[in-house]
Amino acid sequence: MYKYDQYDQAMVDARVEEFRDQARRRLEGKLTEDQFKPLRLMNGLYLQLHAYMLRVAIPYGTLNSQQMHALADIADKYDRGYGHFTTRQNIQYNWIKLEDAGDILADLAKVEMHAIQTSGNCIRNISSDHFAGAAADEIVDPRPYAELLRQWSSFHPEFSYLPRKFKIAVIASDTDRAAMRLHDIGIQIVKNDAGELGAAFYVGGGMGRTPMVAPCINAFVPLDRLVTYAEACLRVYNRHGRRDNKYKARIKILVHEMGAEEYTRQVEAEYAHLLEEGVEPPFAELERIRTYFEDPLFEAGAPEEVDRSDPDFAVWVDRNTVAHKEAGYVSAVISLKPVGGIPGDATAEQMRLMADLAKDYSFDELRVMHTQNIVLPHVRKADLHALWTALDEAGLGSPNLDTVEDIIACPGLDYCSLANARSIPIAQRISERFAANGKTGTLGELKLKISGCINACGHHHAGHIGILGVDRKGVENYQLLLGGSEAEDVSLAKITGPGFDENGIVDAVETVTNVYENERQDGERFLDTYRRIGMNPFKEALYG
Amino acid sequence: MAETLRYRDDQPVDHPAVTVDAFLDQSNAAAVRIEPGDDARELLPHLGRLSLVEVNFPAFGDGRGYSSARILREAGYEGELRAVGDVLVDQLAYMRRCGFDAFEPDQQLDKDDVQAAFDRWPEVYQDAADDRTPIWTKRHA
Repeated sequence: MYKYDQYDQAMVDARVEEFRDQARRRLEGKLTEDQFKPLRLMNGLYLQLHAYMLRVAIPYGTLNSQQMHALADIADKYDRGYGHFTTRQNIQYNWIKLEDAGDILADLAKVEMHAIQTSGNCIRNISSDHFAGAAADEIVDPRPYAELLRQWSSFHPEFSYLPRKFKIAVIASDTDRAAMRLHDIGIQIVKNDAGELGAAFYVGGGMGRTPMVAPCINAFVPLDRLVTYAEACLRVYNRHGRRDNKYKARIKILVHEMGAEEYTRQVEAEYAHLLEEGVEPPFAELERIRTYFEDPLFEAGAPEEVDRSDPDFAVWVDRNTVAHKEAGYVSAVISLKPVGGIPGDATAEQMRLMADLAKDYSFDELRVMHTQNIVLPHVRKADLHALWTALDEAGLGSPNLDTVEDIIACPGLDYCSLANARSIPIAQRISERFAANGKTGTLGELKLKISGCINACGHHHAGHIGILGVDRKGVENYQLLLGGSEAEDVSLAKITGPGFDENGIVDAVETVTNVYENERQDGERFLDTYRRIGMNPFKEALYG
Repeated sequence: MAETLRYRDDQPVDHPAVTVDAFLDQSNAAAVRIEPGDDARELLPHLGRLSLVEVNFPAFGDGRGYSSARILREAGYEGELRAVGDVLVDQLAYMRRCGFDAFEPDQQLDKDDVQAAFDRWPEVYQDAADDRTPIWTKRHA
C-alpha cells in the first residue's frame, strides 16, 4: 500500500490548517456562504436535507486496518455510529456538525487520509479496480497510475474551478470492474504489440441526466507522458466546457457537442505544446510509487482445497469469493447488503471487525467496491471458514455478491436535498421480496441499481435493471429501466414505459425476473436474455 | 475601490486596458483585458508590445482565467499579469501558481489573510507557471 512521505504529510496537514482558517473566516463573516461553499465542498462537506455530510476520500478504494479503525472512530465520535460506503469507493458520514469538521480532518490526517476534492467542481478522488493487485486477469496493478494522478490532481492550480465535477477511473484489465467508460476520463492500462505499457484514454463518459459512454480518444499514451496527456484533456475542458448551464457543463456534453474528433484534435495540439513545456513528473516517481504496490509475501503452496461440508459456508464461498492470481488464495467480498438493510452502510463495530479480519487474513488490506461492498483482497483459502464464521456472526455474511440483493442505491430523499424520491426503502423491499421468494440464487448475476433522481448517483442507467425515482405531482413514482451495464460490455439501460408506485415497482421487478426465468437459455444472465429477446416481452408482461 | 496588490518591481502601465478586439485592431495599446470567453492565444503574436494583461474574473467560480494565465506565461509573456474582479483570498495561491503577479479585487482583502494564503502551501505537487519545484522533482533530485 502507498505510504505518505514527509511531503505528502505536509500537504494534508497544510490542508487541515487551511480549512480551519476558512471556517474561522466564515464565522467572522469575512466569507459569505456563496464564497465558502466551494471551499467546504473541496473538503468533502456537503449540505444535505438534515445535516452536513462529510465525504472522506479512499484513494482507489484501498485502505489498511488502521485507517478503517480511524473511520470507525469518526463514526462513533462525530456521527451516529455508522458510515456509508459510496459508489466512488469513498465513505460518507451523514450527521456531521460543521464545527467538528476541522477536528475530523485532523484525525484523518493522522492516518494518512483526507477529504480533499471529494466534492466540488474539481478533479475528484481517483477510482480503480477493487481487485487491483489480486485479479488473475490484470496485466499490471493499476493503482500506481491512480496514485500518480492523485498527486497531480491534488490542489491543481489550473483545474480547481472547472465547469463541473471531474471523475477519473483507472483499470488495467479487459474486464471492467470500475465502470471506466462511464467516467469523465477512463484510463485502461494496456500493452502494445511491442510489449510496452501505455494508457488508453476514454473521455466524455458519464451518467447523470445525459448518460454517455466515453469514446476512446487515444489508444496508447506512453506511460512517461500520462500526466501530460491528462493535463491536455483537462485544459481543453476547462477552456471550452460549457459554463452557462450546470446541467450541460460536464465534459461529456463538450465532447458530444464539439464532436470526439475535434475534441481529440484540440487535446493532441495541447498535448504537443505541453510536451514542450515539460510538465511530466520524472519517470522515477512512477517507479517509486510502484514499489508500494508490490505483492505481499504470499505463502507458496497454500492449500487449494476448501472444506465445503457446511452448506451455508459453501454458498458464501461460491457466491462471494473471486479467483486470485496466486494459487491457494481468493479475494473475499464482504457484503454490505443484508436483506432489508441499507446498501453500503456499516456500523462502527462492523468497520472494526472488518479491519481486524483484514489484519488477520488479508495482509492488512481492504478495498471499497463501487458496488458499496468491502473486499479482503488476499485471503488464503484455508482461512475462509474462520473468516466467514466471524463475518456471519456480525451480520456481514450475506452470500449475495452480484445478485438481485446486491443493490446500489443512492441516499435518496432520506438524506439528499436533490432527490425526488426515496431509494433506500425500495432497495430494502426488493431484497426482502427476493429473499422471501427464494429466487436470489437461481437468478444468478443481476445488477440492480436505484437512483432517487435524474442525477443518477445510484447508476440506474448502468443497471441490468435500473430504477429511477421521480416526482409525479407530489407523489413518488418509479420508472423501470432494463439492459444497462457498467462493465466491459457497457450499455445504457432503456425505460420500459410508465412508472410505478412504491409497491408496484417491487412487483414490476419480480415480473421482469419472471420473464427472464421463462425465456433464458443455457448460461444466460438476465442481461444476455434481455439483449437477445429485446424489450417487448418484458413490456407485455408489465403492461399487458 | 480596493487596493491593487502588485508583486513586481516595475512601474505599472498608466493607461487603461482595452478589450481583446480593440487591442487586435490598434497597434499602440500596451494593456489588454481578457474576458473568460476570450482566447488568450490570440494575443500570442503581440506579446512584445504588451506590458499589462488583465484577466477578468466576473465570478470567482469561473476558472477559465487560470488557463489563460498559464497559456500566456508558457508563451513567454513576462509583463504584468493581473487578476481583476471577483478575486478572493482563497484563490490567490492558485492564481499565483498560474502566473498572476498582480491582483485587483473588487472587494478589499485583509492583508493578514492574504499573507497567510501565500504562505499556506509548504510544497507543490505539480508543475505550473511559477518557479516552485514540484514534490516529485524533489524526491528524485
